[in-house]
Amino acid sequence: MRNRILILAGLALCLAALTWPVWRALASAPAPAPSLARPVGATRCVAPVGFMRTSHMTLLAEWRDRVVRDGVRTYTDADGRVVTMSLSGTCLRACHADKTKFCDRCHDYAGVKPTCWGCHVVPTATGAIVSGPAAPSRSSRPGAAL
Amino acid sequence: MLEKALAGGRRYWAWIAGLAAVACAGAWCYALQLQTGLGMTGLSRDVTWGLYIAQFTFFVGVAASAVMVVLPYYLHDYKVFGRVTILGEFLAITSVVMCGLFIFVDMGQPSRVLNVLRYPTPWSMMFWDMVALGGYLILNVVITRVSLEAERNDTAPPRWIRPVIVLSIPWAISIHTVTAFLYNGLPGRSFWLTAILAPRFLASAFAAGPALLILLCLAARRWWSLRIADEAIRKIALIVAYAMAVHVFFVLLEVFTVFYSQVPEHVDHFRYLYAGLDGHTALVPWMWTSACLAVVALVLLIVPSTRTSEPTLAGACVAVFVSLWIDKGLGLVVGGFVPSPLGAVTDYVPTWPEMMITAGVWALGAIMVTGFFKVTAEVRAGER
Amino acid sequence: MSATRRCFLRMAGSAAAAAATGAALGCASPAAATRRWAMAIDVRKCLELDGCRACIDACHQAHNVPAIPDRAHEVKWIWKEPFERTFAIEDPDTVTAALRGREVLVFCNHCDNPPCVRVCPTQATWKRDDGVVAIDEHRCIGCRYCVAACPYGSRSFNFVDPRPFLVHTTSEYPTRTRGVVEKCNLCEERLAKGQPPACVRACPGGAMLFGDLRDPDSEIRKTLAARYSIRRKPELGTRPQVYYVI
Ligand code: HEC
Ligand code: HEC
Repeated sequence: MRNRILILAGLALCLAALTWPVWRALASAPAPAPSLARPVGATRCVAPVGFMRTSHMTLLAEWRDRVVRDGVRTYTDADGRVVTMSLSGTCLRACHADKTKFCDRCHDYAGVKPTCWGCHVVPTATGAIVSGPAAPSRSSRPGAAL
Repeated sequence: MLEKALAGGRRYWAWIAGLAAVACAGAWCYALQLQTGLGMTGLSRDVTWGLYIAQFTFFVGVAASAVMVVLPYYLHDYKVFGRVTILGEFLAITSVVMCGLFIFVDMGQPSRVLNVLRYPTPWSMMFWDMVALGGYLILNVVITRVSLEAERNDTAPPRWIRPVIVLSIPWAISIHTVTAFLYNGLPGRSFWLTAILAPRFLASAFAAGPALLILLCLAARRWWSLRIADEAIRKIALIVAYAMAVHVFFVLLEVFTVFYSQVPEHVDHFRYLYAGLDGHTALVPWMWTSACLAVVALVLLIVPSTRTSEPTLAGACVAVFVSLWIDKGLGLVVGGFVPSPLGAVTDYVPTWPEMMITAGVWALGAIMVTGFFKVTAEVRAGER
Repeated sequence: MSATRRCFLRMAGSAAAAAATGAALGCASPAAATRRWAMAIDVRKCLELDGCRACIDACHQAHNVPAIPDRAHEVKWIWKEPFERTFAIEDPDTVTAALRGREVLVFCNHCDNPPCVRVCPTQATWKRDDGVVAIDEHRCIGCRYCVAACPYGSRSFNFVDPRPFLVHTTSEYPTRTRGVVEKCNLCEERLAKGQPPACVRACPGGAMLFGDLRDPDSEIRKTLAARYSIRRKPELGTRPQVYYVI
């Protein structure tokens, strides 16, 4: 083939571009683990910390489906405690009152951008409600939009 | 095989580059739409579907119309169509891809479209439309690949492909029928609530699709000396003539039923389209343009001398295509929404970015068709 | 899960409130047969409160419904329409003087046979056992097929981001993002707590009656039995569950 060199060079360029984020991440120093704000008042979550750390999204998805699709609003945890399944009401207001210092810090660290806050309203510490244009997911860094 | 589309001269690449530029402009506008939402379009609470869904409907028709060249060749052994069936099938592939894109750009939550597969819903016509279109795409990709491969190697196509091709015939009818059902079963939308909608869709499709095919064949014959017999083109022209006549007949049936029965809910939609309602006349000039073009096209197609001479035939095909594009790609969808269930009359005027996105999808389709025809031309040039 | 059990579970969360208002709503015992929520609007009582917007404001505030000035992009759950338009009356001159040119409340009819549910390609909208036509905003792909299918114009699509248009935001109920469809949810979040819908509670004239049609002793059944009522476009076979008592 006449264009072998050209094709190979093109392929190599493509590959480099596609894998660029990986190389960049490997090259930069690992970011220090974020310090997460512990909830004030509440002492334990609805499930052990280890489980929550890895599987909170699954649990939230289950809550979501139970509430919205089955019309069931309460959840009984392993200790027999009954809580209302509510993202803004239970997870945030009643427990992790400062979302930016808990959820967001870890999510920013992990590079996760949940879309939930486009709808679910984040209650502020003072009880006032923060609202504003649903920030494009990119700018959902702590303090930027909320 | 597809690499043959890369062997073109300067004019060829200039044409592709022009189309690519339009497609890129469309993509850029789509990025804008992703950021601002569908509020960027001319759609509104009362007219919630517009240009995108109408284009989708129109191109499902073009896709289905491949059957008009496939059926005579495979079921009636009409040899003359031997060299155009594959072009019809390529046009079908392109149209289905365009349909998919038009649906996609119309979604409010494009990141969630896979929910349609995650929660299959057999009682929703949209689900069946997706199944029908997906199946049709696969069928045609397989058919064209196998046929062209055989043509290149100068061998007969494998025997198993024949049943596949025969299956694609009823399948083609089904895609447009299901698309009509999409509109057909909605209790509050009197404009679409008519059993003649599916036949009307098919008739207009079998006119518009082959008309486009004729134009493409004429172009390919001129520019790439793709050999297509005059007889084949003349036969397709005859098909267009019949289909167009049936289409106009169906529309007149509808007009009679609606205006003789005088049920206001049915009359109002037609009045909006052809005379305007409450001073809203946005579509009136369009609909009359469509009607006039339909008459001109019919005359040109019915008179034998104008049907057989190339320039007048080309003119007739353009008239058919534009007339039906307005009728189906504008009037049919928008007309169903006006007046609204609460009697509100809201004009729909597409915005520039919306038209740009539409043009982008068209450009992508044009690139595909160009490539496909080019491949066919190259394969056949190799034979000589 | 059976509806009975669902009823029980729902009530379990707020037993006290449920006991108090549950009886009033016709769900006296959690073990009762499934219910069928319906609404009756006393049109004359409603008209007495000329220009009243109490129910509309209460609903729109409770559910973070934005006030978008552009009519094309409007989102609304409950609003007023001229009587003649609501009931497709061709010759308004012959309508009773009391109703001529006046406006009535319209919102989702929570049809017994809802076309919107039939067409939704992802089951993002469905009819619950208790008759509420619900929307799962997490699943909606924004295709607007349900908007085309609704013969009452009850559904709104979020053409633009609704948040900048919220007058007052509550964290008790989520907002929506652009690109999803929404409509009246018959306050299912309040029903779950054994409370009547926000509009019913807010009405100063007692013109909105909410209750269980399956309970022959419910107030709504008694009212419908005693007085003449009409529904919107009954000829379509959708069986709307909002009754207009004339
Ligand atoms: C398009 C808007 C929208 C988005 C995006 C959204 N939700 Fe929701 N969510 C709702 C609505 C509306 C309800 C119903 C609230 C009710 O009935 O009380 C709800 C209810 C819930 C509930 C149960 C009730 C409550 O108040 O919390 C959970 C849990 C939930 N959502 C989780 C999530 C999660 C997790 C995400 C992100 C992955 C998410 N939602 C994204 C709109 C949304
Ligand atoms: C210790 C770190 C950590 C904390 C704290 C944390 N998350 Fe997460 N979260 C993650 C990671 C990592 C993922 C992505 C997991 C994956 O994609 O497999 C995630 C994913 C999610 C998702 C699913 C996102 C999606 O796009 O589907 C939701 C919803 C979510 N988190 C909600 C929350 C909420 C609400 C809080 C605060 C109450 C929170 N998380 C706190 C680490 C964390």
